[in-house]
This record gives sequence, structure tokens and C-alpha cells, in this order.
Amino acid sequence: MLKRFLKNSYSSIVLALLFGFVSGAIILAIAGYSPAEAYGIMFKTVLSKPKYIAQIIVNAAPIILTGLAVAFAYNTGLFNIGAEGQYVAGTIVAAMLGHYLPLPAVIHPIFILIVAFIAGGLLGALAAWLKNRFGIHEVISTIMLNWIIFYINNFLANHPKIKVPGSVHSPEIRPSASLLFVSKEFLRSDSGRELIKAKPVLGQIIRTPLSWGIPLAIVLGIVYWFILKKTRLGYTMRAVGLNKDAAEFSGIPVKKNVFSSMFFAGGAAGLAGAIVVLSYGLYISTLGAQEGYGWDGISVSLIARANPIACIFSGILFAFLRFGGQMIQSRIQAPTEIINIMIGSIVLAIAVSGLLPRLADYLERREKSNV
Amino acid sequence: MTEERVPAVEMRGIDKRFAMVQALDKVNLRVEKGTIHALLGENGAGKSTLMKILYGLYAADSGEILINGQPAEIKSPKAAIDLSIGMVHQHFMLVQNFSIAENIVLGSEPVKGLGVLDRAAISQEISAFATKYGLDVDPEELIQDVSVATQQRVEILKALYRGAEILILDEPTAVLTPQEIDSLFKTLRSLKEEGKTIIIITHKLKEIKAVADYCTILRRGVFIDTVRVDSVTEAELAEKMVGREVKLSTEKAKIERGEALLKIRDLYVDDERKIEQVSGVSLDVHAGEIVALAGIDGNGQSELIDAITGLRKAKSGSISMAGVDIYNQPPAKVHQAGLKTIHEDRHRRGLVLDFTVAENTVLERYEEQEFSGQGIGVLNWANIRRYAQSLIKRFDIRPADAAAKKARQLSGGNQQKIIVAREVDQNPHLLIACQPTRGLDVGAIEFVRKELVAQRDAGKGIFLVSFELDEVLDLADRILVIYAGEIVAELDPKATTETEIGLYMSGAKRDSLSEEAYDA
Repeated sequence: MLKRFLKNSYSSIVLALLFGFVSGAIILAIAGYSPAEAYGIMFKTVLSKPKYIAQIIVNAAPIILTGLAVAFAYNTGLFNIGAEGQYVAGTIVAAMLGHYLPLPAVIHPIFILIVAFIAGGLLGALAAWLKNRFGIHEVISTIMLNWIIFYINNFLANHPKIKVPGSVHSPEIRPSASLLFVSKEFLRSDSGRELIKAKPVLGQIIRTPLSWGIPLAIVLGIVYWFILKKTRLGYTMRAVGLNKDAAEFSGIPVKKNVFSSMFFAGGAAGLAGAIVVLSYGLYISTLGAQEGYGWDGISVSLIARANPIACIFSGILFAFLRFGGQMIQSRIQAPTEIINIMIGSIVLAIAVSGLLPRLADYLERREKSNV
Repeated sequence: MTEERVPAVEMRGIDKRFAMVQALDKVNLRVEKGTIHALLGENGAGKSTLMKILYGLYAADSGEILINGQPAEIKSPKAAIDLSIGMVHQHFMLVQNFSIAENIVLGSEPVKGLGVLDRAAISQEISAFATKYGLDVDPEELIQDVSVATQQRVEILKALYRGAEILILDEPTAVLTPQEIDSLFKTLRSLKEEGKTIIIITHKLKEIKAVADYCTILRRGVFIDTVRVDSVTEAELAEKMVGREVKLSTEKAKIERGEALLKIRDLYVDDERKIEQVSGVSLDVHAGEIVALAGIDGNGQSELIDAITGLRKAKSGSISMAGVDIYNQPPAKVHQAGLKTIHEDRHRRGLVLDFTVAENTVLERYEEQEFSGQGIGVLNWANIRRYAQSLIKRFDIRPADAAAKKARQLSGGNQQKIIVAREVDQNPHLLIACQPTRGLDVGAIEFVRKELVAQRDAGKGIFLVSFELDEVLDLADRILVIYAGEIVAELDPKATTETEIGLYMSGAKRDSLSEEAYDA
């Protein structure tokens, strides 16, 4: 029974979650907070209000996408640490085109999303090119590119011709570029106010920045899964990722596939950046530190075991943990560090849960030798 | 009771399990003192595992070991050495930039004063020591400068120096020429005279007949029999090893060879360190013949094949396949010219181990309409699976439901069958087979050799690269010998002997092949 349970990959994820929550509880207790109260807030309070759930979904969209950026590359044998920079590239494209490019509604955001995808994709492809041409490992090059983009962002956000006087950010995007389901203008209008009053639950939800970001993230998760598992391109990319030498020997162009893979990976992260700006970010500002979406993407991908469809769920789970953590912090003043330790424990537990089948084997053997 | 001699090694009821596999199942082994005892079995039969348990590298799950009649618990190689057991591994464990003497004394160096190495004393001691056992080495030479055979002698000396009375040799002849094998056997016999006990792991029947007194046969982790070698024939040993009757030679009809398919002229190839490995090779492979390239590993074979197949850029020369120039063309172009290759390294080049068997079968054909249609190229998994299933059936790849299993989960023989099936089924004009039977068990070897001959009979050209002289002599219509990057002989397998080939392989003899034989 136990052995079969350990060998099942779903149960190993459940176990990992359990382990994470238990270690979180221990840490909370040591720090002098009641774990029951904290988890009570996390599950009861957060899940009881539609606006909180809506907010979690809003937060999930970009990290699902950066998760895909990591997972897609991982399936093809590449470690994309550059999701962070690719994300920032997407925000820059969205903020600039969103403000300076006058286009009609609907077309405007679609155009921006496409350009942001390409921008993120090219940044990923640049790392691929460096790998193909000079043999620079993608982990190194993407980390460096993260910083280059980071400072380009700060340069632009701070440029006298761009920044809003007296601020540290660029001007807001035009309303025509917005991805929101319900525009802010409508919420402020009379009919909007009436609707909120008449239907309080719906009102709560539509006041969160719920946007086309989440359906887009879900669709991309499915599309990426399809590409990897069902298409010729995915087949060759995986072959190159799993055994470059055999792929080369079979006549599969290795470099081209590394390039495509990093393009798709970077594109997802670029899209994440555009979605944030076009939904609620509205501009780019001078960054003091990296925003962390790319790093969260690594965790999301890890929890999902690099399966693109699983990234959708792990992104939502991750957003829930983060949001719940903030709630715990504000309600019982527990420091966020504790929440981060808990999240870290879960990710770590999932990372090592690959060992569980081996544990099962070990138990089996021990049983035998005891007979 | 007193009449019976105490055996040097006795292993009783040894069990060992790895994850899902029962590697050894209640295996017994009894090795008499002062004898050479062969351990015979196919790959995965458990020979090496059993010896690694004896040498303390693995712990047995159950069972007991007696050394010279005394129960022993061997928990580490250190414990084994203390019990006077020595082991020479298949892959040598020597420090490349140390001298022979330094390697031998490593771990028990004689010092003078405050830990200063007494080099003179070491050299002298090792010299005397080597002479005593008739093992000819120069103690001052660096390991990196000496031949593989010498390295093996160093390993043996190292074990003896540490006081080994029981010496285990794991596949000792795999890397040696016939002459070197003879000299190794001579050494082993003289060690036996000295009263040492020797266990050799092997799957070569001829060698067992040549050198061993007793032979223990294992099959899939089970003890089959221990026999006196002079009381059995090779065929009987093979039958015990495989569990059924086996043909030790491949039957081959005589056929007329056709036109020249693969033409190589004056080819020069460097390795990655820019050292020339192929120096002016010219050769032809015709339709309907098997040309074998014999040679010791590392004499330019890999570089030659890599250059033909498009993995490595040649420096100069020309290569054409059925009239198409494939000199320095990428692998895909070489495939298109009708040349397919069974690569020597099946794990690195032949298979994507973490792909399923089905995915591996279309590695070179995924772009065909049948498997991925047109347009964006959506894979047709139903067709891919059906195709894989047909190959599995035709080539008897096991298990029968292998299509959905990862290639990694199959045995070496079945992995090789996937590659052979894939390449042969694409109906190439010319098939290059590099070490196609390396590491396979007798059953799979039989299968692969038969398939190669069948391809030749169907009018295909076969270029066989092999380090195994048995295989070369069994299959070839024509033998080329490569030494130090040059073709040094062209021989008729019916008119030559292993000894003669061995002389060419070791560079002791060479023909001046007339350049005019190959008109450009």
C-alpha cells in the first residue's frame, strides 16, 4: 500500500505539499505564532471572498507564463534562468507601445502582445545564439542578460524624455491598450456604480484587475504542451534536449532547435510582462531590485515537474500561497519570511519527491532481507 | 574430510538485488587454490556483480563468503586487500602522469626521513618485483606513455604488490591484440605456478579453453554449473551459457559483389586536439560485400567513421556515396545519399534513451508524411506506434510491449535491435556497422550478425568496424587493417589467420598498399 502510494507521482506531490505545510507550521510555532490561526486565515479567509480568489487568479497569470518559459526550455534540455529579463523586456515593450503607439482598442493590445512575445523570444534566442556560436552555457548568459535588461529598463524609466516629471516611472498606457475585462472608466461611471451596488459579489470581482491575462496563460499552457508532445517541432526539440549527440547523428539540426526552444520559452515570459503592464502595471518604473516573476517561474515549473499544463495549476497554487502569506502577515503580523520559508519547503519537498519511488524500493528490499 | 583441499574462495548462496532486478540468486562459487577459474556468462548474468561482492565493492543481500576456509566479511576493497584479494578492473584505475613505479606503490609508498619519497629505492624494488613475476615493465615510464597492455600489467603488479594471493581480472582481454592476449595468458599461467589463484571474468569461450582450469557458468543471476574446462567443448559451454544451442559461426552464401558504393580517397582527419588520426585512408566498399575494418581501438576508426557520417569535418580528401559527394556534408545529407550507420556508441549516438522505443524508431524518419503529415507537422502517433510495433515484431525486440517503454528500460541487446531495425528498415544502399555486437549476449550477437549477412545478400554494401577478430573473420568478405590512422593491409579472410591480422593491428607488420589500386 505505502509503496504503491510512494511510487505514484500525484501522491508524491500531495506528500510534498503536506511536508511544506507541516514545516511551515513548525516554523510559525517556533516564531511564536499559532499555526492553526495562520492556516485558518490562509484557507478560510482567503477562500471565502470572491475578490480574494479573483486576485489570486490575477496574480497567477504572469507566473504561469514565466513558469512556462522555464518548463518549455527544460523539456528541451535547457535551463532558462532568463525568464526574469524576458519578462522585463515584455513590460518595456508594453509600456512603450502602450503609451506612444496610437492604435484602436482590441487591435492595440493584440499588437502589443505579439511584439512583447517576440521581444522576450528574441532575448531568449540571443542566449541560444551565444550557446550555439560560442558555447556559452545558457544559465550564465541568461543571468547576465537579466541584468542588462534590468538596467535598460531603469535607463528608459528614468529618461527625461520618457519619465513622468516628478516620478520614477514612464507614463501610463492608453486605455485602448488595456487587457482588463471591465474598464476603470466603466467602474467609475454611473451604470458601473449601480451594477456594483446591485450585485455585490460580482462587484467585488470586477473591481479586481481581472483581465485577458489568465485565459491567455491557460491557452498558452495548452498550446505549449501540444507543441512539445504532438508536433514535429516539439519532437525534434525534445530529442535535442534529451540527447543532443543522437539527435545530431540522426540528422536533426541541433542549433536550430536550441534556438527555437529558447524563442518559445522567452516569448512566454515576454507575454507575462505585457500582461502585467496592460492589466494593472500600466507603466515601467525604476527598479530597485529584480521583480522576481522569472524566479517564481522556476518554482512554478519545478512544482509542475516541467509539464506545461501542470504549470497552470502550480501557478495558481503558487499565487495562492503568496497571497495567503500576505494575508497572514497583515492579520497576525507574522513576517513574510516565514511564509517564504514555507513556500520554499514545499518547492524543496517536491524537488526531492522524485526520490520517493526509490524509498519505496528500499523499503521493499529491507522487508525481504528481514524475512 | 582431511583429504579435501580447502578452496581459496567459497561463496555460498549469494543473493543480490538492484531495485527491480535480481542480479544474483543464491549463487555458489568454489575456486580451488592455485587454479585459473573462469566465470562465464552473458551480459547481465551477474559475473561482475559477484566479483564486486567478493572485492567488497557491493554488499550481498544474503549469503556467506569463505576465504581459505575462514568465514569473511568483506565490507570494502580495503578489507578484500587485507584478505589478499586483488582485482584488475576492466577500466584501469591508474594515475596518468605518474610513473609505473609510483602507480604500483601508491598508497604504501616507502619513504625515508620525514616522508620524502625514496624514488631510487622504489624503482629498484619494482624492477626486481616485476622480473620475479616475468612482467616486463620499465618502472620509470609514465603511464600516459605506455600501451594498454602495459597498463594492464601495471594493474596486475599493483595487485600483487599489495600481497594478492587471489587475483580477479574483469574482462582482461577486451582491449588487447591476439599477441598481447597470448602474453597475458603466459603471465597468468606463471602466476598459477607461483601458487596464486586467479579468477577471470569473460564471455569469450576460446579464451576459457586456452587458459582456464575450471569454469563456472552463470545465467541471468543463477548458478548453472561448474565444469572442468578440459572435459567440455566450446559449443557445450555456449549452450550452458545461453540455455539453448547456438551457432558459433554465421552461414554465408557466396555472391558476386557489385559496383563500388562508398569511395574514400586520401582522407585526412584530425581529432579535437588537432592531432591527425586518419592519415591518407583510401578504400572502397562495394554492393554485396562485407568489408571489415580491423584494428585496435583508438587507431583512427572513430574519426574515420565520424568524418564519413558528417559528425566531424575532414581535413582533406574525398568521400562519395553511390556517386554523390558526401565529403564534409551534414548527417542529414549523408542519410539522403543512402548511407546509414549503426554507431559504436549506442547510448550516446544511437538512441535517445529517455524517448520511448516508438519515438526512437522514427528518429530519422519523423518528417515523412506517414509520421507527421504536412503543414505545421502534427505527429501521427497512431502511425508511429503501429510502425514501432511492426519493427518490434519483425526484429523480435523484447518485451513485446516495448513501444511505449523508454529505450533506457530495455536490455542492451534489445536496444541494439532497435537501432539495427531502424537502420535496416530504411533500406540503405550501404550500412556502416561499428562494433555492432559490443556488449551483447550470444543470442543478440547471433541475431545482429545474421541481419548483416542478410543485408549483404540483398545486395547492400556493409562496412563493418570491429575490434573483435572473431567477428571480422566470421563476417568479412574482405578485411582491411587500420593502424595509426593508416590502412596497413588488405586481407582475404580465407587466406589469413588471427595471428597475422594481429601483427598488422599492432603495427609489427605492414604492406605497402599500392596507391594505384584506387584510381581517383
